[in-house]
Amino acid sequence: MLEAINISKSFPGVKALDGVSMRFQPGKVTAILGENGAGKSTLLKILSGVYIDFDGEILICGEAKKFSKITDSQEAGIAIIHQELNLIADLNITENLFLGNEITNDWGVLESKKMEKLATEQMSKVGLDYSPKTKIKNLKIGEQQLVEIAKSLLFDANIIFMDEPTSALSDKEIDKLHLIINTLRNEGKIIVYISHKMDELFKIADRYEVLRDGVSIGSGELKDISEQELIKMMVGREVLKKTKAVKRIDQNVLLSVRNLSLLDSGRNKNRLQNINLNLKKGEILGVFGLMGAGRTELLESLFGLNSDKISGEIQIDGTSLNLKSPKNAIEKGIAFLTEDRKSEGLVLEMDIGKNISLTTLAEFDLLRPKNENAEAELYVKSLNIKTPTIHTLCQNLSGGNQQKVVLAKWLSTEPKILLMDEPTRGIDINAKNEIYKLIEKLASEGLSIIVASSEIPELLAISDRILVMADGKISGEFSAEEATEEKLLKAAIG
Amino acid sequence: MNKEILKKSQSLIGLFILCLLLSLLSDKFLTGTNLWNVLRQISVNVCISVGMTLVIITSGIDLSVGSVLAFSSALGVGLLKNGVEFGSFDTFMGFTVLGSIMITLLVGLALGLFNGWVITKFSLPPFVATLAMLTMARGLTMLYTKGIPISNLGSSFEFIGSGWFLGIPVPVWISTFVVLIVLFITKKTTFGRHIYAIGGNERAALLSGVNVSNVKWLVYGISGVMASIGGILVSSRLNSAQPNAGTSYELDSIAAVVIGGTSLSGGLGTITGTVIGAVIIGVLNNGLVLLNVSPFWQQVVKGLVILLAVIIDQKSKRK
Repeated sequence: MLEAINISKSFPGVKALDGVSMRFQPGKVTAILGENGAGKSTLLKILSGVYIDFDGEILICGEAKKFSKITDSQEAGIAIIHQELNLIADLNITENLFLGNEITNDWGVLESKKMEKLATEQMSKVGLDYSPKTKIKNLKIGEQQLVEIAKSLLFDANIIFMDEPTSALSDKEIDKLHLIINTLRNEGKIIVYISHKMDELFKIADRYEVLRDGVSIGSGELKDISEQELIKMMVGREVLKKTKAVKRIDQNVLLSVRNLSLLDSGRNKNRLQNINLNLKKGEILGVFGLMGAGRTELLESLFGLNSDKISGEIQIDGTSLNLKSPKNAIEKGIAFLTEDRKSEGLVLEMDIGKNISLTTLAEFDLLRPKNENAEAELYVKSLNIKTPTIHTLCQNLSGGNQQKVVLAKWLSTEPKILLMDEPTRGIDINAKNEIYKLIEKLASEGLSIIVASSEIPELLAISDRILVMADGKISGEFSAEEATEEKLLKAAIG
Repeated sequence: MNKEILKKSQSLIGLFILCLLLSLLSDKFLTGTNLWNVLRQISVNVCISVGMTLVIITSGIDLSVGSVLAFSSALGVGLLKNGVEFGSFDTFMGFTVLGSIMITLLVGLALGLFNGWVITKFSLPPFVATLAMLTMARGLTMLYTKGIPISNLGSSFEFIGSGWFLGIPVPVWISTFVVLIVLFITKKTTFGRHIYAIGGNERAALLSGVNVSNVKWLVYGISGVMASIGGILVSSRLNSAQPNAGTSYELDSIAAVVIGGTSLSGGLGTITGTVIGAVIIGVLNNGLVLLNVSPFWQQVVKGLVILLAVIIDQKSKRK
């Protein structure tokens, strides 16, 4: 039995877990449910020894365990199969299985034959019929997942965590995975399964644990509970909700998207499928979807990225756009605040002023430091960016202030349409509220805004209308009045 | 701001100490003839390194500068000396010094732009693309010269590399002019800003509407032009275009850039730093010769200085 007792973990400004206790029994599959930000991945990281600094206790078979690194948890029999696979594509199955734990003879030379034999045994356990010398890159994603599972079995893991294991799998592969999980369960292993897909959970899991805002909400046998009740447990909280769409919205459609599809050359499937949407002047349109639903892809496509893989039509004011690059999109009045401000939004080693002007400088021209500085000062003041001067490097700003700099750099292009992807990820609650107010203010000044987010409360608080995406398609549309957490989640789960 | 000044003066202090040591160890070092000689020699590396700095700030590299130097100058000089004969028309076209210089610069530009085109169009790593150009341009040089130096280019061409103007060697004028232009580009133009932005975060630059391909293209083009200017200086100084001119010059120029505090991972670096770096290398070369150090030991010492400079630079950045 694996027990987590009274686990708490704080990050600056956020209490990620607050006194969470969970028990995982051998021979059972336990599902952990919760919205994004509920604390699932934090818990996973604590149980696997990634975070070593936390309050509370981990007991395995009644014995307290203290992990000071990841390998400690491996030795204690815990294996984690992550959403993103940790396999090396150019190495073969055997090399991956034994990576870091290679078997060698007394001279330190690899015992390849022995390892390949062991690998073949493990492969047959998970139902993979390949030569142990097959390179990982030649396997399908689902098969790679099975290799990960084989890896965990190889080291006699008794406790196996699976984090969204089926997000990239086909139905057939999911069935296969479930078959293996059943076998493992019958062998008496502890299996913890994290997934958003309700129907799957009801099929495969025995027990559930629900987390919400870092607190345990409830646990029990899945056969005693309905899907509706579970969703209610996951969300059930006071929500700041926009009561109705405000009058500011102009009735004219500004942006219109027709049959937008995005081809994924890697998978034989469209990442966006026949998306249709309208955006009015001054409207705040929310886009909700779970991981992999296609939110980011939609915004990127509207911003001229992936232009060679897109089909369909994008119109502004009734004129078709043929966007080839972000530069094109900016010229047409579109701005895109990306999900990851550090890797996509800012040049961190440049100062605030230079980051803000990056979107507006002509390709070949003289710099006009006076204008640049004046513009930067203006935005520092109007967006309330907390910084000693406009010459502070962006790497020295807090997350919320960095986000405001990104916002400033887009507002300086004087856009008609602002696309925002997870505008408040990783910033503290005060900065969040400030950003919400800014969004409202910008819309009231006539800017049309699309906000994609995985946080339902955020969307409920700011959107006039919410689209829900699932699997690259639009699976629901709700006005501000009719939207509830339950409805959105239900539409997203599909 | 203070940190910036300190960082810049770090390499200046190093240069000062180096000069002080050399003037104590050799009474020939601190003479007018020697110092002008050093500066004249440095001019070539300064021109190349200044172009290299732009490339490295975009987090690229240009290994082809030595070969581009050789080919562009051999071609220009060959035309200056022999002209072109159009056999079938029975006409002959001669080239003036200015014409040959223009040809050299154009060839440098073309080879550089070719580098940039390959890198942006086919997403090749700059290391590979310019490595290929390194061998190709050297091969072309050998083909064109048939392995034989092209010599006796006339006194007006020789003036460029060996002459004096207002008491200062002509190459020093030229390299100073080049430095000022590039300094202007990096500090005062949007193109310069875009170079830094691409090196700092290429994705963010692209999403901000910067035409990343164009900027990179042009940066490699500039690097090619700088190499060809170096070629003009070398061939006019020797009054001869050598088929193996510029061999391994890319290493000295990368060294100058790195000693000057430019980060090989891009986004950070200054032209003034590079100039100081080039001067340090030049003074070091000169000093070691004056001290009768064996050429083999010279290489060892140069390597050690590069290591030392970069270690100090890294430490001060981490702080």
